[in-house]
Amino acid sequence: MELEAAKMIGAGLATIALAGVGVGIGNIFGSYVSGSLRNPAAAPKVFGNVLLGFALTEAVALFALVIALIILFV
Amino acid sequence: MAENQSPLAQFEIKTLVPIDLGSIDASFTNSSAFMVLSVLLATVFLVGGMRKSAMVPGRWQSMAELSYVFIANLIRDTVGTEGAKYFPFIFTLFMFVLFCNLLGMIPYTFTVTSQIIVTFALAALVFIGVTIIGIIRHGFKFLTFFVPSGVPVVLLVILVPIEVISYFVRPISLSVRLFANMLAGHTLLKVFGGFVVSLGIYLGWLPLGFIVVLTGLEFLVAFLQAYVFAILSCLYLNDALHLHH
Repeated sequence: MELEAAKMIGAGLATIALAGVGVGIGNIFGSYVSGSLRNPAAAPKVFGNVLLGFALTEAVALFALVIALIILFV
Repeated sequence: MAENQSPLAQFEIKTLVPIDLGSIDASFTNSSAFMVLSVLLATVFLVGGMRKSAMVPGRWQSMAELSYVFIANLIRDTVGTEGAKYFPFIFTLFMFVLFCNLLGMIPYTFTVTSQIIVTFALAALVFIGVTIIGIIRHGFKFLTFFVPSGVPVVLLVILVPIEVISYFVRPISLSVRLFANMLAGHTLLKVFGGFVVSLGIYLGWLPLGFIVVLTGLEFLVAFLQAYVFAILSCLYLNDALHLHH
Protein backbone atom coordinates (compact mmCIF):
# COMPACT_ATOMS: atom_id res chain seq x y z
CA MET A 1 0.00 0.00 0.00
CA GLU A 2 1.18 3.50 -0.67
CA LEU A 3 2.42 5.40 2.37
CA GLU A 4 0.14 8.42 1.88
CA ALA A 5 -3.01 6.29 1.72
CA ALA A 6 -1.91 4.27 4.72
CA LYS A 7 -1.37 7.49 6.67
CA MET A 8 -4.87 8.69 5.89
CA ILE A 9 -6.36 5.36 7.00
CA GLY A 10 -4.24 5.39 10.14
CA ALA A 11 -5.33 8.91 11.07
CA GLY A 12 -8.95 7.90 10.54
CA LEU A 13 -8.49 4.82 12.69
CA ALA A 14 -7.00 6.97 15.46
CA THR A 15 -10.37 8.66 15.88
CA ILE A 16 -11.88 5.36 17.10
CA ALA A 17 -10.67 6.51 20.53
CA LEU A 18 -13.60 8.94 20.47
CA ALA A 19 -15.98 6.00 21.08
CA GLY A 20 -14.45 5.41 24.48
CA VAL A 21 -14.36 9.10 25.28
CA GLY A 22 -18.04 9.45 24.33
CA VAL A 23 -18.93 6.65 26.73
CA GLY A 24 -16.78 8.28 29.40
CA ILE A 25 -18.21 11.80 29.16
CA GLY A 26 -21.75 10.44 28.91
CA ASN A 27 -21.11 8.33 31.97
CA ILE A 28 -19.77 11.30 33.98
CA PHE A 29 -22.70 13.60 33.28
CA GLY A 30 -25.26 10.78 33.38
CA SER A 31 -24.08 9.72 36.83
CA TYR A 32 -24.02 13.34 37.92
CA VAL A 33 -27.62 13.93 36.81
CA SER A 34 -28.98 10.74 38.37
CA GLY A 35 -26.98 11.33 41.55
CA SER A 36 -28.10 14.93 41.87
CA LEU A 37 -31.75 13.91 41.36
CA ARG A 38 -31.46 11.44 44.22
CA ASN A 39 -29.76 13.92 46.50
CA PRO A 40 -30.11 17.50 45.20
CA ALA A 41 -28.46 18.93 48.33
CA ALA A 42 -25.15 17.23 47.52
CA ALA A 43 -25.14 18.26 43.85
CA PRO A 44 -23.19 21.56 44.15
CA LYS A 45 -20.48 19.82 46.18
CA VAL A 46 -19.62 17.31 43.47
CA PHE A 47 -19.90 19.67 40.50
CA GLY A 48 -16.21 20.58 40.75
CA ASN A 49 -15.33 16.90 40.54
CA VAL A 50 -17.65 16.54 37.55
CA LEU A 51 -15.78 19.26 35.69
CA LEU A 52 -12.45 17.72 36.67
CA GLY A 53 -13.58 14.33 35.38
CA PHE A 54 -14.85 15.96 32.20
CA ALA A 55 -11.51 17.70 31.61
CA LEU A 56 -9.54 14.50 32.26
CA THR A 57 -11.77 12.46 29.93
CA GLU A 58 -11.72 15.10 27.22
CA ALA A 59 -7.93 15.01 27.37
CA VAL A 60 -8.02 11.36 26.25
CA ALA A 61 -9.82 12.44 23.08
CA LEU A 62 -7.14 15.05 22.52
CA PHE A 63 -4.39 12.44 22.93
CA ALA A 64 -6.05 10.66 20.00
CA LEU A 65 -6.07 13.94 18.08
CA VAL A 66 -2.35 14.38 18.75
CA ILE A 67 -1.69 10.85 17.51
CA ALA A 68 -3.73 11.56 14.35
CA LEU A 69 -1.79 14.78 13.76
CA ILE A 70 1.52 12.99 14.32
CA ILE A 71 0.51 10.32 11.79
CA LEU A 72 -0.52 12.92 9.24
CA PHE A 73 2.18 15.55 9.55
CA VAL A 74 5.31 14.06 11.17
CA MET B 1 -5.49 27.10 1.11
CA ALA B 2 -3.03 29.97 1.24
CA GLU B 3 -0.01 29.76 3.47
CA ASN B 4 -1.11 32.19 6.18
CA GLN B 5 -4.72 30.95 6.21
CA SER B 6 -3.92 27.47 7.46
CA PRO B 7 -5.58 26.74 10.84
CA LEU B 8 -2.14 25.95 12.25
CA ALA B 9 -0.52 29.22 11.13
CA GLN B 10 -1.48 30.86 14.43
CA PHE B 11 0.97 28.62 16.30
CA GLU B 12 3.95 29.75 14.28
CA ILE B 13 6.85 31.16 16.27
CA LYS B 14 8.32 34.38 14.93
CA THR B 15 11.63 35.83 16.02
CA LEU B 16 11.36 39.38 17.32
CA VAL B 17 14.90 40.01 18.59
CA PRO B 18 17.50 37.53 17.34
CA ILE B 19 19.93 36.41 20.05
CA ASP B 20 22.52 33.80 19.19
CA LEU B 21 24.44 32.04 21.96
CA GLY B 22 26.94 29.96 20.02
CA SER B 23 24.98 26.96 18.77
CA ILE B 24 21.87 27.79 20.83
CA ASP B 25 19.18 29.98 19.30
CA ALA B 26 18.02 32.04 22.31
CA SER B 27 16.07 34.61 20.32
CA PHE B 28 13.31 36.68 21.91
CA THR B 29 10.24 35.35 20.06
CA ASN B 30 6.54 36.17 20.11
CA SER B 31 6.20 33.21 22.49
CA SER B 32 8.65 34.80 24.96
CA ALA B 33 6.91 38.16 24.56
CA PHE B 34 3.55 36.67 25.56
CA MET B 35 5.12 34.81 28.49
CA VAL B 36 6.53 38.10 29.76
CA LEU B 37 3.17 39.77 29.16
CA SER B 38 1.23 37.13 31.08
CA VAL B 39 3.64 37.29 34.02
CA LEU B 40 3.29 41.10 34.03
CA LEU B 41 -0.51 40.87 33.86
CA ALA B 42 -0.65 38.34 36.70
CA THR B 43 1.60 40.59 38.79
CA VAL B 44 -0.52 43.65 38.05
CA PHE B 45 -3.68 41.68 38.84
CA LEU B 46 -2.45 40.54 42.25
CA VAL B 47 -0.34 43.51 43.35
CA GLY B 48 -2.82 46.07 42.04
CA GLY B 49 -5.71 44.24 43.66
CA MET B 50 -4.05 44.20 47.07
CA ARG B 51 -2.66 47.73 46.86
CA LYS B 52 -5.30 49.23 49.16
CA SER B 53 -6.12 45.96 50.98
CA ALA B 54 -9.28 47.30 52.56
CA MET B 55 -11.15 45.45 55.32
CA VAL B 56 -14.19 45.26 53.04
CA PRO B 57 -12.71 44.32 49.66
CA GLY B 58 -13.81 45.94 46.42
CA ARG B 59 -14.35 43.95 43.22
CA TRP B 60 -10.72 43.81 42.15
CA GLN B 61 -9.42 42.99 45.62
CA SER B 62 -11.96 40.22 46.14
CA MET B 63 -11.00 38.69 42.77
CA ALA B 64 -7.36 38.61 43.85
CA GLU B 65 -8.31 37.20 47.25
CA LEU B 66 -10.62 34.61 45.67
CA SER B 67 -7.85 33.25 43.48
CA TYR B 68 -5.57 33.01 46.53
CA VAL B 69 -8.20 31.23 48.64
CA PHE B 70 -9.09 28.94 45.74
CA ILE B 71 -5.57 27.52 45.50
CA ALA B 72 -5.08 27.54 49.28
CA ASN B 73 -8.21 25.37 49.67
CA LEU B 74 -7.12 23.14 46.81
CA ILE B 75 -3.78 22.44 48.50
CA ARG B 76 -5.39 21.92 51.92
CA ASP B 77 -7.88 19.42 50.47
CA THR B 78 -5.39 17.39 48.45
CA VAL B 79 -2.05 17.59 50.29
CA GLY B 80 -3.10 18.63 53.80
CA THR B 81 -1.52 21.18 56.10
CA GLU B 82 2.00 20.11 55.11
CA GLY B 83 1.31 21.41 51.63
CA ALA B 84 1.25 25.04 52.82
CA LYS B 85 5.02 25.18 52.25
CA TYR B 86 4.51 24.55 48.55
CA PHE B 87 1.67 27.05 48.14
CA PRO B 88 3.78 29.74 46.38
CA PHE B 89 4.92 27.27 43.73
CA ILE B 90 1.46 25.85 42.96
CA PHE B 91 -0.09 29.32 42.99
CA THR B 92 2.52 30.67 40.58
CA LEU B 93 2.05 27.67 38.30
CA PHE B 94 -1.73 28.09 38.31
CA MET B 95 -1.66 31.84 37.66
CA PHE B 96 0.92 31.51 34.89
CA VAL B 97 -0.98 28.79 33.04
CA LEU B 98 -4.30 30.58 33.58
CA PHE B 99 -3.03 33.91 32.26
CA CYS B 100 -1.32 32.27 29.28
CA ASN B 101 -4.56 30.43 28.42
CA LEU B 102 -6.75 33.50 28.84
CA LEU B 103 -4.39 35.77 26.90
CA GLY B 104 -4.58 33.31 24.03
CA MET B 105 -8.36 33.77 23.89
CA ILE B 106 -7.95 37.35 22.67
CA PRO B 107 -8.01 37.31 18.84
CA TYR B 108 -4.63 37.71 17.09
CA THR B 109 -2.66 36.89 20.23
CA PHE B 110 -0.28 33.99 20.61
CA THR B 111 -1.14 31.11 22.96
CA VAL B 112 2.00 30.20 24.84
CA THR B 113 0.54 26.97 26.25
CA SER B 114 -0.16 25.65 22.74
CA GLN B 115 3.57 24.95 22.39
CA ILE B 116 4.38 21.49 23.72
CA ILE B 117 7.89 22.50 24.75
CA VAL B 118 6.48 25.14 27.13
CA THR B 119 4.02 22.78 28.78
CA PHE B 120 6.60 20.01 28.86
CA ALA B 121 9.09 22.29 30.60
CA LEU B 122 6.45 23.13 33.23
CA ALA B 123 5.49 19.47 33.68
CA ALA B 124 9.13 18.37 33.86
CA LEU B 125 9.73 21.03 36.51
CA VAL B 126 6.85 19.63 38.58
CA PHE B 127 7.95 16.02 38.02
CA ILE B 128 11.62 16.53 38.88
CA GLY B 129 10.83 18.79 41.84
CA VAL B 130 8.30 16.35 43.28
CA THR B 131 10.68 13.41 42.84
CA ILE B 132 13.48 15.30 44.62
CA ILE B 133 11.10 16.24 47.46
CA GLY B 134 10.09 12.58 47.80
CA ILE B 135 13.70 11.36 47.86
CA ILE B 136 14.82 14.00 50.37
CA ARG B 137 11.89 13.22 52.64
CA HIS B 138 11.95 9.42 52.51
CA GLY B 139 15.42 8.48 51.25
CA PHE B 140 15.55 4.89 50.00
CA LYS B 141 12.04 4.28 51.34
CA PHE B 142 10.83 6.34 48.38
CA LEU B 143 11.37 3.26 46.20
CA THR B 144 8.56 1.45 48.07
CA PHE B 145 6.30 3.83 46.17
CA PHE B 146 6.66 1.50 43.19
CA VAL B 147 5.78 -1.63 45.20
CA PRO B 148 2.03 -1.95 45.86
CA SER B 149 1.35 -3.39 49.32
CA GLY B 150 -0.68 -6.55 49.94
CA VAL B 151 0.11 -8.10 46.56
CA PRO B 152 1.47 -11.66 46.05
CA VAL B 153 5.17 -11.73 45.12
CA VAL B 154 4.43 -13.40 41.78
CA LEU B 155 2.28 -10.47 40.70
CA LEU B 156 4.93 -7.94 41.75
CA VAL B 157 7.04 -8.99 38.77
CA ILE B 158 4.33 -7.54 36.53
CA LEU B 159 3.09 -4.72 38.76
CA VAL B 160 6.39 -3.03 39.61
CA PRO B 161 7.31 -2.29 35.96
CA ILE B 162 3.77 -1.00 35.39
CA GLU B 163 4.05 1.32 38.41
CA VAL B 164 7.46 2.55 37.26
CA ILE B 165 6.19 3.24 33.74
CA SER B 166 3.07 4.99 34.96
CA TYR B 167 5.26 7.18 37.19
CA PHE B 168 7.56 8.21 34.36
CA VAL B 169 4.68 8.85 31.96
CA ARG B 170 3.32 11.53 34.31
CA PRO B 171 5.20 14.52 32.86
CA ILE B 172 4.18 13.46 29.34
CA SER B 173 0.48 13.10 30.12
CA LEU B 174 0.50 16.31 32.18
CA SER B 175 2.08 18.34 29.38
CA VAL B 176 0.23 16.75 26.45
CA ARG B 177 -3.12 17.30 28.19
CA LEU B 178 -2.65 21.07 28.43
CA PHE B 179 -0.97 21.39 25.04
CA ALA B 180 -3.55 19.30 23.16
CA ASN B 181 -6.49 21.11 24.74
CA MET B 182 -5.13 24.50 23.70
CA LEU B 183 -4.07 23.32 20.25
CA ALA B 184 -7.38 21.60 19.49
CA GLY B 185 -9.51 24.47 20.78
CA HIS B 186 -7.74 27.18 18.82
CA THR B 187 -7.56 25.06 15.66
CA LEU B 188 -11.28 24.31 15.92
CA LEU B 189 -12.14 28.01 16.26
CA LYS B 190 -10.03 28.81 13.22
CA VAL B 191 -11.56 25.99 11.15
CA PHE B 192 -15.08 27.19 11.95
CA GLY B 193 -13.99 30.73 11.16
CA GLY B 194 -13.01 29.41 7.73
CA PHE B 195 -16.50 27.88 7.35
CA VAL B 196 -18.09 31.29 8.01
CA VAL B 197 -16.10 32.84 5.18
CA SER B 198 -16.60 30.01 2.68
CA LEU B 199 -20.36 29.60 3.30
CA GLY B 200 -21.01 33.26 2.58
CA ILE B 201 -23.60 35.67 3.88
CA TYR B 202 -26.66 33.35 3.86
CA LEU B 203 -25.40 30.15 5.44
CA GLY B 204 -22.41 31.64 7.26
CA TRP B 205 -24.50 32.51 10.33
CA LEU B 206 -24.75 28.87 11.36
CA PRO B 207 -21.03 28.32 12.01
CA LEU B 208 -20.85 31.86 13.44
CA GLY B 209 -23.34 30.90 16.13
CA PHE B 210 -21.36 27.75 16.75
CA ILE B 211 -18.18 29.82 17.17
CA VAL B 212 -19.88 31.88 19.89
CA VAL B 213 -20.72 28.69 21.79
CA LEU B 214 -17.23 27.30 21.23
CA THR B 215 -15.62 30.49 22.49
CA GLY B 216 -17.58 30.13 25.71
CA LEU B 217 -16.44 26.51 25.96
CA GLU B 218 -12.85 27.57 25.31
CA PHE B 219 -12.96 30.06 28.19
CA LEU B 220 -14.19 27.24 30.41
CA VAL B 221 -11.43 24.96 29.11
CA ALA B 222 -8.80 27.68 29.62
CA PHE B 223 -9.74 27.91 33.28
CA LEU B 224 -10.34 24.19 33.72
CA GLN B 225 -6.98 23.16 32.29
CA ALA B 226 -5.12 25.55 34.58
CA TYR B 227 -7.11 24.02 37.46
CA VAL B 228 -6.38 20.47 36.30
CA PHE B 229 -2.67 21.28 35.97
CA ALA B 230 -2.62 22.67 39.52
CA ILE B 231 -4.65 19.83 41.06
CA LEU B 232 -2.56 17.11 39.40
CA SER B 233 0.64 18.80 40.60
CA CYS B 234 -0.89 18.76 44.09
CA LEU B 235 -1.77 15.06 43.79
CA TYR B 236 1.76 14.21 42.68
CA LEU B 237 3.13 16.25 45.57
CA ASN B 238 0.81 14.39 47.93
CA ASP B 239 2.09 11.04 46.60
CA ALA B 240 5.67 12.11 47.20
CA LEU B 241 4.99 13.45 50.70
CA HIS B 242 2.82 10.59 51.98
CA LEU B 243 3.78 7.57 49.78
CA HIS B 244 0.15 6.54 49.48
CA HIS B 245 0.54 2.91 50.68
